[in-house]
Amino acid sequence: MSAPPSPDEGLTAAQLAAKYGLAVSGARPSLREYLGRLWGRRHFILAFSQAKLTAQYSQAKLGQLWQVATPLLNAAVYFMIFGVILNASRGMEKEVYIPFLVTGVFVFTFTQSSVMSGVRAISGNLGLVRALHFPRAALPISFALQQLQQLLYSMIVLFLVVIGFGSYPDASWLLIIPALVLQFCFNTGLALVFARAGAKTPDLAQLMPFVMRTWMYASGVMFSIPVFLADKPQWMASVLQWNPAAIYMDLVRFALIDEYGSDYLPQHVWAVAGGWAVLFAVGGFVYFWQAEERYGRG
Amino acid sequence: MAEQAPGTRVPTVIAEDVHIVYRVNGARTGKGSATAALSRIVKRGGEERGVRKVHAVRGVSFVAHRGEAIGLIGSNGSGKSTLLRAIAGLLPPESGKVYTDGQPSLLGVNAALMNDLTGERNIVLGGLAMGMSREQIKERYQEIVDFSGINEKGDFVTLPMRTYSSGMQARLRFSIAAAKDHDVLMIDEALATGDAKFRKRSEERIRELRRQAGTVFLVSHSNKSIRDTCDRVLWLERGELRMDGPTEEVLREYEKFSGK
Repeated sequence: MSAPPSPDEGLTAAQLAAKYGLAVSGARPSLREYLGRLWGRRHFILAFSQAKLTAQYSQAKLGQLWQVATPLLNAAVYFMIFGVILNASRGMEKEVYIPFLVTGVFVFTFTQSSVMSGVRAISGNLGLVRALHFPRAALPISFALQQLQQLLYSMIVLFLVVIGFGSYPDASWLLIIPALVLQFCFNTGLALVFARAGAKTPDLAQLMPFVMRTWMYASGVMFSIPVFLADKPQWMASVLQWNPAAIYMDLVRFALIDEYGSDYLPQHVWAVAGGWAVLFAVGGFVYFWQAEERYGRG
Repeated sequence: MAEQAPGTRVPTVIAEDVHIVYRVNGARTGKGSATAALSRIVKRGGEERGVRKVHAVRGVSFVAHRGEAIGLIGSNGSGKSTLLRAIAGLLPPESGKVYTDGQPSLLGVNAALMNDLTGERNIVLGGLAMGMSREQIKERYQEIVDFSGINEKGDFVTLPMRTYSSGMQARLRFSIAAAKDHDVLMIDEALATGDAKFRKRSEERIRELRRQAGTVFLVSHSNKSIRDTCDRVLWLERGELRMDGPTEEVLREYEKFSGK
């Protein structure tokens, strides 16, 4: 090269970079700065989740009506199998069991789909990760937010079912708001954890449906844990009841269904619900951030 | 940026011995059956299990300065786009380091756009993805629509993008990407697409962006556009930096090499 000799001759790259104040490209920011950048991208996170939600049914003739029709059909199928054919209600009144079942299905689906979309949040969006700069946590959070909006549509169906079986709106219905907020925090944390794991091991996308289905059957979506496990040792029921999915389902059921009283719930249920939410939201976020500079590696 | 005495050249991008390796799952040569995959997993312990490595960039070092327009040339698959992504900090290098002044940005938002959404929503989504604020997007919205020219043949901006012709899609994508100003700008080849009229308009816009940006990297297969815009050229071949120097010098060698 025919460049004129410069005073920078002989400096190593690192010295040269330090002299002119250059920073390592794509380095991981501090946790606090990361949070700040994420906050700066809040509009993108929201817009991206809404766009995904709309794009989902945009080719269908019924369009956005499927947002409500899909959960309705889901509820109908579970009712057919567990309510009519298998008769899993075990002595619960029909007026309690049907809303019990539908609530369980919707609330669990919320967690399930958050995890599933979390697994593919980075590995399924490598094009985006390799083209634009933004805190990568925006993706799993955005997907969790999409599932929350999906759940709000399901809630319309749920309210109709609950009212149809004789539980009318009252003050206790307001409790679903804190319950779902806590569940959303828990889901987001879980999605962040699986986003990092799925970025390293895309095979998780194949494995997770089986894990999630096992979790669903163990969480009492279609049966009441204390009733079903009455003849088993007490600790088994406790473990199952205190798992986060069961806790959030029970909270929403308790809020909506009149006859589903506090005797169905484990002790200190709100504290446990809050504990799971904080543990996973904070832990998941830090865990995801620790690999920030490695997402998108070939 | 510290104040510099006139005459000294201020570096904006420093690449030091950058290596980039892609890992491809399930691309081992030989049988692709499930049993073959299983036996691979069983046989090979450790890191290598069924993974094939592609060494895309091998030990590239250079220093780019403020005000330079640098062209990247080389045959297909020589690592140009990969190197560009590494400089932008989007693709972490396997070893070596890239230092930059500020945040280099790659021109292009294709990955953030969704074909099932209307052009209108894609403009907002693309703008937000590039880090623009809602106000900035509102300000530039009309400009983007006018520049893309998609509304010249009727009200297309309120239709889903999948209904556009491929030329119209490319025009909208470019218009969104070019709406933001960048400090260190990297442009990948074949951005200026569409019909002759639009190509002229987009080339003009690239020139304008170049003037505003501190340092520009341009990947292109067109020697003409490299000559028009760049004062320095990096020639990559098989992931290695084959030549680095003034445009004419390097292009002459490159043309000899590629047999023109």
